[in-house]
Amino acid sequence: MTRKQKRLSVIVAGLAFLAAAAGLTFYALGQKASYFYMPAELATASVQPGQRIRLGGLVENGTVVRGSGATVAFSVTDTQKSVKVTYTGILPDLFREGQGVITEGAFGPDGVFVADSVLAKHDERYMPKEVADGLKAKGVWVESKSQ
Amino acid sequence: MVETGHFALVLAFALSLVQMLVPLVGARTGNQRLMAVGGPVTVTGFALTALSFAALASAYAGSDFSVANVWENSHSLQPMIYKITGTWGNHEGSMLLWVLILTFFGALVAVFGNNLPATLKANVLAVQGMIGAAFFLFILTTSNPFIRLNPAPVEGRDLNPVLQDLGLAIHPPLLYLGYVGFSVCFSFSVAALIEGRIDASWARWVRPWTLVAWMFLTGGIAMGSYWAYYELGWGGFWFWDPVENASFMPWLAGTALLHSAIVMEKRSALKIWTLLLAILTFSLSLLGTFLVRSGVLTSVHAFATDPARGVFILCILTLFIGGSLALFALRASSLTAGGLFHPISREGALVLNNLFLTTATATVLVGTLYPLALEALTGGKISVGAPFFDLTFGPLMLPLLAIVPFGPLLAWKRGDVIAASHRLMAAFALAIAAMLVTGLFIDGASVFAALGVGLAVWLITGALTDLAVKSGAGSAAPAIMLRRFAGLPRSVFGTALAHLGLGLTLLGIVGTLCFGSEKILTMRPGETVELSGHTLRFEGLFPQKGPNFTEDRARFLLIGADGNASGEISSAKRFFQARQTATTESGIRTLGLSQLYLSLGDEGNDGSVVVRLWWKPLVTLIWGGGLVMMAGAAMSLADRRLRVGAPARRRKPATALASPT
Repeated sequence: MTRKQKRLSVIVAGLAFLAAAAGLTFYALGQKASYFYMPAELATASVQPGQRIRLGGLVENGTVVRGSGATVAFSVTDTQKSVKVTYTGILPDLFREGQGVITEGAFGPDGVFVADSVLAKHDERYMPKEVADGLKAKGVWVESKSQ
Repeated sequence: MVETGHFALVLAFALSLVQMLVPLVGARTGNQRLMAVGGPVTVTGFALTALSFAALASAYAGSDFSVANVWENSHSLQPMIYKITGTWGNHEGSMLLWVLILTFFGALVAVFGNNLPATLKANVLAVQGMIGAAFFLFILTTSNPFIRLNPAPVEGRDLNPVLQDLGLAIHPPLLYLGYVGFSVCFSFSVAALIEGRIDASWARWVRPWTLVAWMFLTGGIAMGSYWAYYELGWGGFWFWDPVENASFMPWLAGTALLHSAIVMEKRSALKIWTLLLAILTFSLSLLGTFLVRSGVLTSVHAFATDPARGVFILCILTLFIGGSLALFALRASSLTAGGLFHPISREGALVLNNLFLTTATATVLVGTLYPLALEALTGGKISVGAPFFDLTFGPLMLPLLAIVPFGPLLAWKRGDVIAASHRLMAAFALAIAAMLVTGLFIDGASVFAALGVGLAVWLITGALTDLAVKSGAGSAAPAIMLRRFAGLPRSVFGTALAHLGLGLTLLGIVGTLCFGSEKILTMRPGETVELSGHTLRFEGLFPQKGPNFTEDRARFLLIGADGNASGEISSAKRFFQARQTATTESGIRTLGLSQLYLSLGDEGNDGSVVVRLWWKPLVTLIWGGGLVMMAGAAMSLADRRLRVGAPARRRKPATALASPT
């Protein structure tokens, strides 16, 4: 091989490598990213049981039931619709009724959302951004003027 | 005092304008006097910024709630250490720390850069001045920490409880020393582009600065990871959270820069590429600052959401990244390319390293920015988490880690893979043995776990092989070997230590992920639980009172094989009155290199409590490996070769940085 051919083959190999990495990245974005929904949006979105999504909203008042062991059941609402959620594990310190949360997991065959993680905002001053945006869009958000 | 600080900050901004204009004009016109202005102005700017920072810190230490920033983030009952660390535990204060470190590094270049060509030094200081001016303006217009309140409140609102922790005292300064350290590499690159040439002193200066920045960034990331591990109570050490990625991207690019700078220094090849990498690395640091400080992301770090700040930082980002890349496009062709080399050589191995690392950086960048872009364009909200990075980042890292031991054993210009493989035989055999032992004798080990352990052992033994080969193992007598070993350049030890640290970190990750176990259960006082051979007995909940919180502390006794207590673990639910906020303090007990980790959940009415318990084998190696990597960087910095040309001066920046005050 001449020097030119050698250089060309190195460049081609490099580009092929980059193309493979780019392909993998886009495949992974399609397959592994989880979408965020509010309960009312689930009616129009076609979410299959077993598909990982993030579900956000407010913990509906009076729905938190602490079952046997560390399993907790509660409903997440956006004031229009609500969805039943079960979660086994330790709830975040800020989890309480009326508070904004994001849960991540998938729907079981019975239509109950089985969450494997529950996030509540660390700072009490605001909610998870997605939840706040969603509630603002629905007009049920009240700006707090505590500051 | 507060007004003095405010005034000093405005003066520092004015000086940064002088610093960015006068030396630049001097370098253009060849005016020695104008160029000489740069040094004293830079040093004075640092002194003023330090005064400003000291004023804010003293307002915090003295709980002066007439300052809005102190009122929002401090409380008179906080322990003194958290009063002081609270100075940078908020948006405004942390930006002040950012410019303090920036001006500090600028002053170091001004003081120790006398051996640099005058125009290069003038241009470097001018670029540092530009960065400084942009950030001073940002602080003064959108994030001023010195605004007063009238009337002054009697009591503060307290620092965010999760930030009241010693980890916070160390994590941001280390991280910023890393982020901002790359600004010096950036300034050198832009200065070289302005001049249109790269001379030898350029290469000699960029490598130690890269090492310094990389060392601190490594420490900052490791510290942040450990802080999240014990403070958030989720037991994870890395979440692929956008904020973590924001610090991880400059680290990956900086690691690539570290390696390409070696080629440039030793072989004067890859000059243009190194220059571009230096620009990209600092650009990613700026991007990190933007992501964390603009409020685009919501997390522990996004202290407040104010659109004006986001827009301002975005402008800074566009200006510096766009400007430097445009300059690069204009000028790069006028720079001379360096030496040639065969693909199979030390240079070739380092190019391969750069290819993998920059591609990995790009995948992390896509995973971090794609959700933001998608939301801006379509309004769709997605989250990209661990599954994405496992599929993209993972496959890129595995081959890179597998070829790491080869690199240092290949010769410059033209290497011999067969010879290198022969030397690595013992390391390879050990790695295979470790893989087989893991796969066959440890219950529940998956193929992936065995491979991971094998790869980690391969990295560790590969690094040791490098040292052994270079001290003449196999051919020389033990006494001669020992003498040669002691006489090896420190940069060789640095390389070996850094690669060894990488292997240790990998071993920790594999150990924790593949052999760890966890249990979630409800416990009543007196009950015991057994996990991976460790038995714990729940003693009960004990209320306690701290300086600015109350807590329910759950005590657990570790029961040994003989039935007696061999230790205690306690975890607590804390309640901070000022913010009406609860936090969980996890309980951790280190056993050898592994840890038992315990976190509390809800309390029942009958004294029962939900407990989550983890057994994390080898977990301490994750951060221990980071420390070893830092030691490797420090070792490299101490290398005699980096002091060539100015033996007395070369040393000072390194030692002065090693002990920041």
